[in-house]
Amino acid sequence: MEDLQVLEQELTATVNAANDLNSLEDIRVAALGKKGRVSLMMRELGKMTPEQRQEFGPALNGLKTRLLDRIADRKNEMEAAALDARLQAEKIDITLPGPAEVQGSIHPISQVIDEVTEIFAEMGFAVAEGPDIEEDFYNFTALNIPAEHPARQMHDTFYFPEDEDGNRKVLRTHTSPVQIRTMMSSPPPHRIIAPGRTFRCDSDATHTPMFHQVEALVIDKDIHMGHLKGTLEAFIKAFFEVNNVTMRFRPSYFPFTEPSAEVDIGCDFKAGEIKIGEGDDWLEILGCGMVNPRVLENVGIDPNEYQGFAFGVGIDRIAMLKYGIPDLRAFFDADLRWLKHYGFAALDIPTLSTRGV
Amino acid sequence: MKFTLSWLKDYLDTIADLDTILEKLTALGLEVEDVTDPAKEMANIVIAEVISAEKHPDADKLQVCQVNTGTETLQVVCGAPNARAGLKGAFAPAGTYIASLDVTLRKTKIRGVESNGMMCSERELELSDEHSGIIDLPEDASVGTPFATYAGLDDPVIEIAITPNRQDALGVYGIARDMAAAGLGTLKSRPATDIQGSYTSPVSVTLDFDADAKDTCPLFAGRFIRGVKNGPSPDWLQRRLKAIGLRPISTLVDITNYLTYDQARPLHVYDAAKLNGGITVRKSVAGEKFTALDDVEYTLDDTACVIADDNRVLGLGGIIGGLDSGCTEDTVDVFVESAFFDPIRTAMTGRKLSIDSDARYRFERGVDPEYTLGGLDQACQIILDLCGGEASEMVVAGDIPNLRKDITLRAGRVNALGGIDVPMQECADILTTLGFDVTPAGDDLTVTAPSWRNDIDGEADLVEEVLRIYGYDNIPAVPLPEQFTGMKPGLSPIQKRTRLAKRLAAGRGLSEAVTWSFLPRAQAELFGTVSDKTVLTNPISTDLDTMRPNLLPNLIAAIGRNVDRGFKNIGLFEAAAQYGSDDPADQIRMLSAVRRGAVADRHWEGTPRPYDTYSVREDALALLAGLGANPASVQITANAADWYHPGRSGAIQLGPKNTLAYFGEVHPRLLQAMDVKGPLFAFEIFLENIPLPKGKPSTNRGPMKASDFQAVDRDFAFIVDQNCPAGDLVRAIAKADKKLIEDITIFDLYTGPGVDEDKKSVALSVRLQAMDRTLTDKEIEAFSEKAIAEVAKATGGTLRQ
Repeated sequence: MEDLQVLEQELTATVNAANDLNSLEDIRVAALGKKGRVSLMMRELGKMTPEQRQEFGPALNGLKTRLLDRIADRKNEMEAAALDARLQAEKIDITLPGPAEVQGSIHPISQVIDEVTEIFAEMGFAVAEGPDIEEDFYNFTALNIPAEHPARQMHDTFYFPEDEDGNRKVLRTHTSPVQIRTMMSSPPPHRIIAPGRTFRCDSDATHTPMFHQVEALVIDKDIHMGHLKGTLEAFIKAFFEVNNVTMRFRPSYFPFTEPSAEVDIGCDFKAGEIKIGEGDDWLEILGCGMVNPRVLENVGIDPNEYQGFAFGVGIDRIAMLKYGIPDLRAFFDADLRWLKHYGFAALDIPTLSTRGV
Repeated sequence: MKFTLSWLKDYLDTIADLDTILEKLTALGLEVEDVTDPAKEMANIVIAEVISAEKHPDADKLQVCQVNTGTETLQVVCGAPNARAGLKGAFAPAGTYIASLDVTLRKTKIRGVESNGMMCSERELELSDEHSGIIDLPEDASVGTPFATYAGLDDPVIEIAITPNRQDALGVYGIARDMAAAGLGTLKSRPATDIQGSYTSPVSVTLDFDADAKDTCPLFAGRFIRGVKNGPSPDWLQRRLKAIGLRPISTLVDITNYLTYDQARPLHVYDAAKLNGGITVRKSVAGEKFTALDDVEYTLDDTACVIADDNRVLGLGGIIGGLDSGCTEDTVDVFVESAFFDPIRTAMTGRKLSIDSDARYRFERGVDPEYTLGGLDQACQIILDLCGGEASEMVVAGDIPNLRKDITLRAGRVNALGGIDVPMQECADILTTLGFDVTPAGDDLTVTAPSWRNDIDGEADLVEEVLRIYGYDNIPAVPLPEQFTGMKPGLSPIQKRTRLAKRLAAGRGLSEAVTWSFLPRAQAELFGTVSDKTVLTNPISTDLDTMRPNLLPNLIAAIGRNVDRGFKNIGLFEAAAQYGSDDPADQIRMLSAVRRGAVADRHWEGTPRPYDTYSVREDALALLAGLGANPASVQITANAADWYHPGRSGAIQLGPKNTLAYFGEVHPRLLQAMDVKGPLFAFEIFLENIPLPKGKPSTNRGPMKASDFQAVDRDFAFIVDQNCPAGDLVRAIAKADKKLIEDITIFDLYTGPGVDEDKKSVALSVRLQAMDRTLTDKEIEAFSEKAIAEVAKATGGTLRQ
């Protein structure tokens, strides 16, 4: 028995002293392999008397089990140490840059059109479109703007050459012709917005020959100016992400609406920044009105049965207001610095749940 | 339109203060654009008296004055030659801002002598150009009085914007009428006139128009006044004209200008001595020449309305008078004209000849025809009062045109259209105070519009008038009805696709640009023949004269500008319309992009791969896949457009006729023409050409088909001709077994030792997968043989040994 204790101490010591997996394996083979010292002793058990066997058997088995456990533990220790060493060796400089990537961006005009679309879609509006190169009829005549009316001169229209019949097409001066196209293409009721490019022969610090508008048109049996006010109020609040907004409706004139109004919103000009929904200043933001019965007649709708409202907002203008963009001309310059600063991330898609967050 | 507060109060009896008046103007649709109050700007400036004036000890031209300001006596150094003891003038103390000099006065020393302010000249106070000395007021000027009050300058100038429908608000009287209707006071009547014509006008008037053109000038009236004395107009008149930015000329001219703004009634005064025979109003004769008051000679066509005597044209009706028939200081006998001219013809002539005048501005918007004679007498009365003389009887040619319309305002219409219930009686009252004739007709009102509102066209106009006066602010805001039976809200499939395409492009590192829809014609021509139909006749500049047939040139130009700003690596895209012609059907929806450089210049792991044709091909394919084009069914062909490098470009097609996209290196010749350094790589996606899902849209995606059995990868290397497209190998192998093949990838391309010079080796990996079993070696072998045979048949390629 004493021999076994000595043997166990000796073998445990060699296991503890082993410093690589190979020598550990050698130790195992030397002790527990076919001809290992412990294995040989096990073989001796057969030659012993039952009494001796009863004494030595369990002792020897205990020795074997403890030795195997010890070897396994030692192996784990060595593997853990080896892994630690490898990980240490594999250390990298995490401050070096990874593979280069470029961030793309969405232009504020697209972003604002998407925002406006979400807001109006929620109120049941579809999105309608029309051509940029427009016929005089849709851009003017059908909208109750006769050829020599002073209002037509205020439009600074871009013209194309006359055709054989003396007609000349125009670059649409507003998105209102989409009203006409919508009403002529399907029967009422209508609830549409029409965002898009518009053009006027005008260029200075605050005007560009191309700009963007969004038109809205609602035609139904009992739509009145109160609905116009309510719709605009809801839109302005949602778009500018404010809970309260003061609005001022001023009588105005557009040939295609009657009654007509221009709308100012209450704001605060402070330190070069505009805050919507606060303060005592007014900011003109859009033109609107009830669709002129003449226009309804022009598209074959009975103004005694159907009526409704229309309005037009400058997209570039509300983009400038909302996002604090100072210069209109820069919108169309494709300056990468500007696009990166004022642009939006690809996945920054306006949704109801992200509004105002 | 400008006017002063006191001018408005000539016609409006009101106790309202300025702010209330301004607010109401805007609420009535007469939007206040600007208010200037000279009294405020001159608040510090008072009348002061020079008590003593002594020569400056160190300056010959300066005097040291003691000045009594009414509250204190201050020392002021003054350089004016007329400064003297006893002079009363306008004194600006230290601290006053003098706008004309852009200077704030401060207490200072001038050549060692203290000075506490400034005695002002008229020019310094922007009253006139007079600067030969300081203002020298009469004896009775009261020391200490604010100068603005003394000089009658304490009259705020109000500028309002007038919409084209408000002819009546182009005169102060009309504005007062609106204000009175809105409850801000009472409208006073116009001054009475009492003119006894004592003789027949020696100048006759004839309207000479064909029957179909009689409305050109339906009414022309005048009076001859003999023995007038012309000269500078009185102070009150000059002050009003100056306040609204008009230059006083002479009494006769000033009176016509005054009534233009006072009553929206343009008039003309002829020097009778310069007329030859009677006046005829007629259409112009083509080629006829006329020198106007603006000293410009105009050549007329045969459409203008002219006022002529026996020899020449005297004026363009409703627009401008002639240079040599106008009044001067020496004028003794005059003929005063008041007429009505057709708005449309006035507008056309004025625009053709580019003449802007206060008269044209009013006539083209409409002038009250029923005040033609009243306005004439108003003018004659003022002339008689200010210039003396003796008036003739009135000479009138034609008749007063009746432009009034009868309209019914149905009960309930104000509520139905305006969303607010204004009682019918109140509607009637409002319309009456605005000058409408109102007669009840059952529950409705029969309304006749006044002669000064030719814009009133129908019932909706009456509703606007009622609401305008009642107050737009009183209309309650209500949400739209929930119930709506029209179109499905939101985006159409193609609109949704456009939005998605932009987001996909931005997600691939491209920045969205928005550039002009027009470009220089020369650049358009790089993309094919340009039809004159897409060239603007009045471009903003020759650089922006042609509708773009393609989005690329503006993007390429933008790349050039960004390179100039120091950027090397640029990726821009634009999603917009390009124009094949002026037909709406040829306006097509594109998403186009251009890349230059690489992802980055340099990188510590090695130089990043520069963008090339493959980069933009992958861009295009990725976008197409994202937009719903099936990648398995598109073909890459060499059919790119002419603006690409012929050897490094392609098209992505669905069958032979439907092109979904172009991609490739931009043709170097195009870059040279645009003076932009390449290479640039572009792609263009025809958003409308991608087929939309057929049938009813369904949200159901169908079951997923995945096999539970092991897939097998088999590699092949083929030797093919150098110019054999690798894609042909893929297509050939695909034919070997359409069911089993899950994927084919090209993983190696080799030329060099071991491969003949005119050949190349292409290595492909094919993944085979059966849905219902594990493939046997035999099946795999059979597939391999079939694949090799297909490749041999299609390309002549052999398996590399």
